[in-house]
Amino acid sequence: MRQFAALYAQLDATTSTSAKLAAMQRYFADAPPADAAWGLYFLLGHRLKRVIPPTRLRDWISQLTGLSPALVEDSYAHVGDLAETVALLLDARLDRIAPDQASAPPLHECVALLQSLAGADPDLQRDTVFAWWQQLPFEQCFLFTKLLTGALRVGVSAGLAARALAAQSGVDVAVMQHRLMGEWQPSAAAFTALQAVAPAQQSPSQPYPFCLAQPLDDAAPDAVGPADAFLAEWKWDGIRGQLIRREGQYWLWSRGEELLNGRFPEIEAAAASLPDGCVLDGEVLVWKDGAVAPFALLQTRIGRKAPGKKTLADAPVIFMPYDLLELDGVDVRAQPLQQRRSALAALCDRSAFTPSPTIDAHDWDALRAQREQARQREQARQRGVEGLMLKRRDSVYGAGRKAGLWWKWKVDVLTIDCVLVYAQAGHGRRSNLYTDYTLAVWSGDALVPVAKAYSGLTDTELVAMDRWIRAHTLEKFGPVRSVEPLQVFEIAFEGIQASPRHKAGVALRFPRIARWRQDKPAAEADTLDNVRALIGR
Amino acid sequence: MNDLVIPTGQGLYCPAGDFHIDPWRPVERAVITHGHADHARSGSKRYWGAAPGLSLLRERIGYGAGIVPLAYGQRVEFGPVTVSLHPAGHVLGSAQVRLEHQGQVWVVSGDYKRDPDPTCTPFEVVPCDVFITEATFGLPVYRWQEPAEIAREIHEWWQDCKAQGLCAILHCYALGKAQRVLAELMRYTDETVYLHGAMTKLVKLYRDAGVAMLPTDAIGNQPKFFDWKGRLLLAPPGAGGTPWMRRFKPYSTGFASGWMRVRGSRRRQAYDRGFALSDHADWPSLLRTITETGAKRVLPTHGNTEALVQWCREQGIDAAPLKTEYEGEPQHDAAAVADSEDPVANPAG
Repeated sequence: MRQFAALYAQLDATTSTSAKLAAMQRYFADAPPADAAWGLYFLLGHRLKRVIPPTRLRDWISQLTGLSPALVEDSYAHVGDLAETVALLLDARLDRIAPDQASAPPLHECVALLQSLAGADPDLQRDTVFAWWQQLPFEQCFLFTKLLTGALRVGVSAGLAARALAAQSGVDVAVMQHRLMGEWQPSAAAFTALQAVAPAQQSPSQPYPFCLAQPLDDAAPDAVGPADAFLAEWKWDGIRGQLIRREGQYWLWSRGEELLNGRFPEIEAAAASLPDGCVLDGEVLVWKDGAVAPFALLQTRIGRKAPGKKTLADAPVIFMPYDLLELDGVDVRAQPLQQRRSALAALCDRSAFTPSPTIDAHDWDALRAQREQARQREQARQRGVEGLMLKRRDSVYGAGRKAGLWWKWKVDVLTIDCVLVYAQAGHGRRSNLYTDYTLAVWSGDALVPVAKAYSGLTDTELVAMDRWIRAHTLEKFGPVRSVEPLQVFEIAFEGIQASPRHKAGVALRFPRIARWRQDKPAAEADTLDNVRALIGR
Repeated sequence: MNDLVIPTGQGLYCPAGDFHIDPWRPVERAVITHGHADHARSGSKRYWGAAPGLSLLRERIGYGAGIVPLAYGQRVEFGPVTVSLHPAGHVLGSAQVRLEHQGQVWVVSGDYKRDPDPTCTPFEVVPCDVFITEATFGLPVYRWQEPAEIAREIHEWWQDCKAQGLCAILHCYALGKAQRVLAELMRYTDETVYLHGAMTKLVKLYRDAGVAMLPTDAIGNQPKFFDWKGRLLLAPPGAGGTPWMRRFKPYSTGFASGWMRVRGSRRRQAYDRGFALSDHADWPSLLRTITETGAKRVLPTHGNTEALVQWCREQGIDAAPLKTEYEGEPQHDAAAVADSEDPVANPAG
């Protein structure tokens, strides 16, 4: 606990990526594996289930400090974080028992104890929590209470944590990312296995890291090379997914590493036609009358864990593969795309899948014309195709956003993916509903606000978001709430220019919400550099 | 009986003695608690202020202004009202204002703190019937650590920066905090510290008043390609994030302010390090002071007044927030609150 609290303080005290990496590396090297496993678990963004409801914690802190509930409430409203409020209020007690650094148990014991408290008798819960609150020094008291509320978030991305562990253990970053995908139970053995340079036995459900595309510079697309070096495909407006068929079972992962099993029985049925030991990368789409349907229709399926007959009939989905990552149990990601594509075609011939078609165009003018068509199609059908994907024919399947391998060439409307950071209640019809969003992009590990958007979501979505915002508020500043940076929205806008008056240095013209990207983790939102690169379009 | 001090459009006003305390618009007669810009504003006809802070008041209000210096404890009559100034421990020459009229005593605290500070006279408890207290940090979450401990943390950070080849830029308010940091750091070093242009004059005035501080030099006095690595620089918060900072790269930034006690303000303001060093009373000090004055009525003003009012009422002390212009700032907009600890903090240059 002491080591993890120290790490947390170090990560909190710097905005430098290299300093954060160094701090995590030191922690992974120094902490006992049983603790480091849990430390990593939290660094990756996982949380424990909430052990004790916040209202009960507020009662207890009032009892323990002798402060009236009203003063506890005022303090909480000011600090905006319950665990921090608890730690500060306890620290402010002059008669507190002298904290003994040595007495805080190791992190894994702490977690075990918390988990054992979950269903325990309330009096026992209270006595245990009181005992800890009394003896833990400030930083540990804060972390302990964070764990109690199930709200511990560390200010680093999962990718950065993976990089730190890779550097510390000498394992390749891509391999490390792969090992950390999917379901993962923290233990000393699991942590040691992660650090092992030789590959360990992996769960059959484990997905590969997704290969991501970069936006192509519209002004000079040919800067990336000759057109015929690339394989062109439609950029589908669906949910990116990875379909795994191993050991007679199947798993469908979203790009946000969410297991989608059970939601799409059509895909499940089709997966039965795949041979064992194969993994496909592709898009989940609603397919009607031989064409892709607007994304809005797919949205009716996203939240449904067990869709009914009517839903299945109204919005039938397919999985349209465009890449092959594993065949006959062999990882083929290192093969050139051309070769993977041929193997995919052969595989589709003997299964119930149809690969995403490739587009025939041998120079940039032809590609541009195709993209123009995509734009017209988009207008006609409201959505379905977002533009073109250009993938180097000789490229390997990279982990993450590898420069120069895959490019996305979206249709003309400028869009960026932003993270919701602040919300404010709207006016008139939307009063008392948190509908006005401040959206941010990444600058290093920090989120910099770039746009405010007030429209674009449906009423149903607005109500759902309002509920989410209330449940995930970090702090309240009068009418404005800061929220956990988890929700991603695609923002469309008409123009962009440099602006010294805005903190981000850019001003967007007519930004609006194009889409709620529930499929996208916040870490994959756009960066400020990406956004700046759009200036002058 | 009528209230001895009431809030008006010009500021706190004593009708019986016909004078204002820290008026925010020009008035005939102004009693000033200390030299921060939200308390000492120019344009009034005549001023009264504590003698130890005279040079600071002149610097703020203007050298042509008529300022009557008063020794701490010296009594002066404003009509039927007897007025005296008493140390507030906030910054050099800061004062509480004691008003006595027909056997009733009111005290206007101005800004104050109870923690040790080598740059000014310690706070004096002045028994009173009614206490108008500041409440900048009027929440139970605010309790300061020993200033020596914070100074040690600042020094450690500076040494870490030195080891990593970074310039250490500590943002702090130009009047009071900067000098306190320079005085507290004498425990740990005798190295020269470099000052932003907004601070040099104020540091000199403190030295002239006999306050011992680390040796300092103006940043602007250094040659063009001066090596800033490992140096400690003091600059007002307003200088953060401006092109002025560029020449010191690579650097680490810190901010010395009571607001840094809370993680959220620390993170929002994007300083690398926050040091919770404040010239205002923390929660325990506010409670202790209210108790020690024996006041039967407490009127908290500017800051987090609500919690303090709540606490007083829980203790059976008559209390109500006193509306002043400071209340015009949004209470929960953290950025605005953080700037208001001392609005003087953003001078140009």
